[in-house]
Amino acid sequence: MLVYTLKRLALAFLVAVTVSMVSFMLIRVSGDPAIALAGEAASAEQIRHIREQYGFNRPLLVQYLDWGWRAMQGDFGESPYFRLPVSQVMGDRIGVTMALGTCSLAFAVLLSLPLGILAAVRPNTWVDRLSLGVAVLGQAMPSFWFGLILIIFFSVTLRWLPVSGTGSWQHFVMPTIALGYYATPAFMRLIRSGMIEVLSSDYIRTARAKGLRWPKILFKHALRNAIIPVVSLAAVQFGFMLGGSIIIESVFALHGIGYLAWESIGRSDLPVVQAIVLMLSLIYVVLTLLSDILNAMLDPRIRVQ
Amino acid sequence: MTASDRSPRSPEETGLGLEVVFPSPRQIMQRAMLRHKGFLIGLAVIAAVALLTILAPVLAPHDPYAQDLGRRLIPPVWQDKGTWDHPLGTDNLGRDYLSRLIYGSRVSLLIGISVMLIAGLIGTTLGLLAGYFGGRMDMFVSFLITVRLALPAVLVAVAVVSLIGGSMRVVILVLGFLVWDRFAVVIRASTQQIRPQEYVAAAKSAGCSTLRILAQEILPNLMNNLIVVATLEVARAILLEAALSFLGMGVQPPTPSWGLMISEGKEFMLFYPYLVTIPGVALFLLLLGFNLFGDGIRDVTAPEGR
Repeated sequence: MLVYTLKRLALAFLVAVTVSMVSFMLIRVSGDPAIALAGEAASAEQIRHIREQYGFNRPLLVQYLDWGWRAMQGDFGESPYFRLPVSQVMGDRIGVTMALGTCSLAFAVLLSLPLGILAAVRPNTWVDRLSLGVAVLGQAMPSFWFGLILIIFFSVTLRWLPVSGTGSWQHFVMPTIALGYYATPAFMRLIRSGMIEVLSSDYIRTARAKGLRWPKILFKHALRNAIIPVVSLAAVQFGFMLGGSIIIESVFALHGIGYLAWESIGRSDLPVVQAIVLMLSLIYVVLTLLSDILNAMLDPRIRVQ
Repeated sequence: MTASDRSPRSPEETGLGLEVVFPSPRQIMQRAMLRHKGFLIGLAVIAAVALLTILAPVLAPHDPYAQDLGRRLIPPVWQDKGTWDHPLGTDNLGRDYLSRLIYGSRVSLLIGISVMLIAGLIGTTLGLLAGYFGGRMDMFVSFLITVRLALPAVLVAVAVVSLIGGSMRVVILVLGFLVWDRFAVVIRASTQQIRPQEYVAAAKSAGCSTLRILAQEILPNLMNNLIVVATLEVARAILLEAALSFLGMGVQPPTPSWGLMISEGKEFMLFYPYLVTIPGVALFLLLLGFNLFGDGIRDVTAPEGR
């Protein structure tokens, strides 16, 4: 277990370093970041000033090491738009996105768990077809369009929920549904196939032969094993949801980190964009690391590989 | 799978003087496909949209770019004040919505298929190398996949497109270099399954070069999986293009892209909801078509994969 954990830690560290290089290079993809930062109307003098202020005239490696070293201490530089430290700008917004991600994940799991289990217990019946239908429709539904449809229905027609904004818990209802529904198909298919596999195994037959009651077999014996891969999927999906928050938050004008990223891209606030890309990637790396370790604890077979 | 022709048995072989024709594996598969409802619906949707893109100049009643400010925001024909001259109404600049929808299908299909080809080339190459050579190569490719998955795709795409400047070519290239991960994962796994087969060992002992083994022995045998991923990836690319255009960092106006139409209609959505619902339904149907088509092929070729 220790060897496995150390190996995974080393891999996660390497991935984190590579990801940081990518987000460092990201704002240099068009050539000179000073021009991108200064905007199209800037004079040569202003560009030179920005180049010196941000140290873009130094060798690339020095810039990277300097940026990386500061980033490790939580210092991502200053946002030229807000005239505030990037970390402070992000700190104000990250809570909203985390709340949205957590709610969406909970929504997806709570919707897919009963559907997946029912579909597995009664394969090829109407329950199975219904859950398959939910999965197929969910995959084809563009989340931003679904969000707009929700607004038309719940805010404009029924007037139940606010159209956009961040103020109260009501503002999170529609974004949660729009973001969570997109992840539901993946969970449902995994739970269904996992349950079908487990339910046909020998130990379930033994449990039935012993005369255990069906609900107990289903939830205590079968679900426990079928749920293991769902843990890893949840980690991965949470990461994807944070990344996908850029779309959903801009639909609902929810002031989280995704909306901030979108606005910052629009106004060339590159240090903020860079920091958000890095942070979302690192959250993904940490989540998958934790889920791998958790999985290895739950299922000893994984450690041997 | 490779025996494409029927296998007729001569009267001597069957010993009955009757010719018995056994269906080949390919025929069995074809029949299964023609019975698969999802596959057929998907095929029909894709064929219909393909027809739209080819016949766009014939089918579109108006020029999709022609603005007419005197005819702004005419509702579709099924609402009050709708006219048959503009069956799906007009947008806020008075452009015929049906014509824009028809021409928009070109953008979606072109970007979807081009992105799939680029991503497929990158992902398949990486997956083949990792699956066939294993060891360090496998570790390297798996590492690349992990890094790619860690990066938030939409965010990176939006940032890069906005820095370079949005155009169809930029969107295709950026997305193509971002979404190869599923190809790599699937091809790597199937190559690992095929590699220990005896015919691979036979080709090796016959002195075939590695390139020949990969191209002639392994690639044909993972074609089914490749087609399934490719179909689903076209859908993902179309969805991503629409999302980028919706965020204003994809295809630029006045090009009719369905994502862009939704984005432009958003402002007027409260009073003219058809501006958002119509292109959204079109997008949804096209994505549904590709997903059903891909799922159908998977159900028939590898039923355990559902």
